[in-house]
Amino acid sequence: MVHAFLIHTLRATKAEEGLCRVLYSCFFGTENSPNDAQPHGAERDRLLRKEQILAVARQVESMCQLQLQACGRPAVDLQPQSSDDLVHLRESPCGAFRLTAGDPFQEPRTVVWLGVLSLGFALVLNAHENLLLAEGTLRLLARLLLEHLRLLVPTASLLLRADYIEGILTRFLPHGQLLFLNDQFVQGLEKEFSAAWPR
Amino acid sequence: MFTTGEESLLRQARELRDEELGRLCARVCALLQEEDWGPDAPDALRRLFLIVSATKYNRRLERPCMALLQTTLCSPTCPEQLQLLCAAVLREMSPCDSLSLSCDHIQNTRQLGLVASVLLAQGDQQQVRSLGQRVLKVLESRQPEGPSLRHLLPVVSKVTSLAPDALREEQTRALSKRLGDWLRYASVQQAVAHSSGGFFSTPRARQLGPVTEVDGAVATDFFTVLSTGQRFTEDQWLNVQAFSMLRAWLLDSGPGGSSAPDADDKSELEGSTLSVLSATSTAGHLLPPQQWLREKAFEYCQRLLEQSNRRALKKADSDLQKACLVEAVLVLDVLCQQDPSFLYRTLSCLKPLHMRLRGDPAWVRALLPVAQFFLHHGEAAAVDAEAVYQHLFTRIPAEHFHSPMLAFEFVQFCRDSLPLFGRNLGVLRTSFPNLFKFLAWNSPPLTSDFVVLLPSLVDAGTAVEMLHLLLDLPCLTAALDLQLRSLQAASERPPWDVSIRAPGCLEALRDSQVQGLFQHLLRAHASGTVERLTPLYRLLQPLAGCARVVQCAEAVPTLLRAFFSAVTQFADGALASQLSLLLLERSDSLYQVPGYEAGVHRVLSSQFPALCELHPPLVVEQAKELLEFVGGPRSGGHVLTAVVWAIGEYLSVSWDRRCTVEQINNFFEALEALLFEVTQSRPSAALPRCPPQVVTVLMTTLTKLASRSQDLIPRVSLLLSKMRTLAQSPAAGPVPGEEGARAAHTRATELLNLLKMPSVAQFVFTPSVEVSEPRYHRDTNTALPLVLRTVSRLVEREAGLLPG
Repeated sequence: MVHAFLIHTLRATKAEEGLCRVLYSCFFGTENSPNDAQPHGAERDRLLRKEQILAVARQVESMCQLQLQACGRPAVDLQPQSSDDLVHLRESPCGAFRLTAGDPFQEPRTVVWLGVLSLGFALVLNAHENLLLAEGTLRLLARLLLEHLRLLVPTASLLLRADYIEGILTRFLPHGQLLFLNDQFVQGLEKEFSAAWPR
Repeated sequence: MFTTGEESLLRQARELRDEELGRLCARVCALLQEEDWGPDAPDALRRLFLIVSATKYNRRLERPCMALLQTTLCSPTCPEQLQLLCAAVLREMSPCDSLSLSCDHIQNTRQLGLVASVLLAQGDQQQVRSLGQRVLKVLESRQPEGPSLRHLLPVVSKVTSLAPDALREEQTRALSKRLGDWLRYASVQQAVAHSSGGFFSTPRARQLGPVTEVDGAVATDFFTVLSTGQRFTEDQWLNVQAFSMLRAWLLDSGPGGSSAPDADDKSELEGSTLSVLSATSTAGHLLPPQQWLREKAFEYCQRLLEQSNRRALKKADSDLQKACLVEAVLVLDVLCQQDPSFLYRTLSCLKPLHMRLRGDPAWVRALLPVAQFFLHHGEAAAVDAEAVYQHLFTRIPAEHFHSPMLAFEFVQFCRDSLPLFGRNLGVLRTSFPNLFKFLAWNSPPLTSDFVVLLPSLVDAGTAVEMLHLLLDLPCLTAALDLQLRSLQAASERPPWDVSIRAPGCLEALRDSQVQGLFQHLLRAHASGTVERLTPLYRLLQPLAGCARVVQCAEAVPTLLRAFFSAVTQFADGALASQLSLLLLERSDSLYQVPGYEAGVHRVLSSQFPALCELHPPLVVEQAKELLEFVGGPRSGGHVLTAVVWAIGEYLSVSWDRRCTVEQINNFFEALEALLFEVTQSRPSAALPRCPPQVVTVLMTTLTKLASRSQDLIPRVSLLLSKMRTLAQSPAAGPVPGEEGARAAHTRATELLNLLKMPSVAQFVFTPSVEVSEPRYHRDTNTALPLVLRTVSRLVEREAGLLPG
């Protein structure tokens, strides 16, 4: 099961200006914390979740930078090309790392990440998951988001497109459930998605 | 691609003032209250979502706005886009105490799913349980029309993982039964497609025929996730959902899962003995639900194993086949753990599967769950396990170290399976050179895992070899890079560092001596021998600047510390001796990566004294080598400081009866010469300025030795006075900087004062065992420098009282 999904900015090298910003994040259920239902406890919970996501985003960014550095790939790789985005996805840097209990989530988790076009996509999973499936799902989500949000266009942004992202997530990762979807199922869902949307 | 426009949008959203947010809320309220929601409503809601989610601090939305969002979400006529946005905003605000959302009256399953996502985000166990009950009620009632039950199964799965006691026993059993049905008995015909002709043509239902396999052939057996078609029926969707949640469901609801103890347990056991006796799958619904589900799950996994053998027409399907295979093996593992009667049948399909997978590099990631299965069920599969591990640890790391996902999974497998290895731990231990290849190539994500793994990998037999390999890890990275370049044809995206060219290296590899060393470095198993790799360092020098090599070099100090903390747990005197010698030998024989030597020296300089502490006689045992080290050429100050300190501390009869006065005198002479050398010579490029610690530790050690062999006292007093004079003129002096010179001066004075009372000196510098245990001088209040200062002041005061 997926615990959280996030999209964040990805700088190609540490030297670039700017900070790592989380552009979209979504939790599927909460971690089991002891039952304290005080109001300030609720705010603290939300603050904690946001900080956890930011911590994951920063780690993903640094892992991606290190991987690109190690392969000697030039920073220009992360700029959008006008060519086929499927090729991009095949070759995009991708990896996984483990988070120990307490740092930053209560339980040990695994993060699977993918870096595409200066955006980082990451899934926070439970500790023992089918990583092949997770990787496949992550690539699928990235492709769908790139296509439907037309992110290859230089002026595109995903900040004010939460409804698209949610629409894709409810179909392809419902409540954090990783689905075994073969190509025909994916096409069927995509058609359903396009049909349900006004534009 | 994150433009300044986006950055400023985010900042605006974060810094939006409360009044403006209030205005937006009011606008949202107005728009949502309209009869038909126009395009402005989604726009406003998108903005609201951005504002709420952009900041980590809480945003307050007005009560009417919150209420309206909830109403809109539950409204049956609301378009999906708006529902999604409302749910997203409500989820972002969670946990939220002003939520009055209830799932009780929602009929539409898709909407119910959305409401569920908001409720699950509240973190309230009671709400989770009642949500589970409601969803289950909807599932149980017959709902033939409308969007289907497939929106609900993920909710059930999530609820049981968050609140394992949310469902009652009979509900779990009922759902298990239905899951079994969905898995096994989904329709094998493709869904009917209604062709919409024109106004005049009658709508004709076209039968598209049976579903197909991924390779295009007609399906030979029941429907699974690897069956394709143009359109899918609802029960086929449920089949996909059911398999996707199967493993978690089996774990949560099986014996040992957290559901309440089953009064039905006995009947389950009886059911399982039944299946032992009848090897074929059972007929009819005579089985209790849990057993029914397990049986159907077993058949499903068997079918998946067969389907994964086909050659898929599309790449995406091929990837899915691998994921399905992995999942099938994992589910079979769970089934066999819950009900050992499945073991016999499982083994008979897994053995041929293993043979098939071994030969195909594209399926290498699927080998890991198979190996894990053999680990879990070792006794029953004893014969095969050995061969499985041999193949796993010998071939896979050597051939696939450059794949980051496989490297991660492999290391996780080792880590998680450690308690299960049992007598096969030896195979893991002797394969450490191969395992280190993963680490050398992918150091950033794997370092912390190896820190956890190291204590189990190292034992007395392999410690020396492992330390050599750890110190050579960056060299291993470079060697692997070179190996890849030599083996692989140039492809578009080669795995090695393309920014660095190494033209001469491949040529130089042809030399047979170098080949031998190269092969030794790239060995798969611990060889028990140690080779000096200096020629290889020279050859691989062009690759030392590779980013990958540098990353590995940065990880090594951490690994060394983990290694030593593991080794000191079990090392005996002989091993400690060996390792300390190794440290000295290797301290100036390292692959030259920028910054590497300094990092390693820092670790070695703290570990050498630790080893001496573990086995104090080693200083006397290795006296000859230590003398050579002190007398010979060396580069860094850290290791030297540590060695000199250790000599001063442990070269005495109280630590080792074999210590002779002659040895002390020899060391004294060598250290005296060293002190002259570092203080008299002008700093040059070859011999950098030595840090003040070296000078002070030399002086202290010489004094310590003198206190043990009292004939040396006059010599050392002379030496110390000379040092004091030298230190007084910092500009010309040997010690850089004012502070360093002052420290040297003070130390020399203190030592001189102490030497005026030889018996006190002896007591201070060589405390007997009763005094030094329990090591009072660990405490900062009684540390040696402080003692020296105190005694010094006492002496000076006394000297002032005495006439003359």
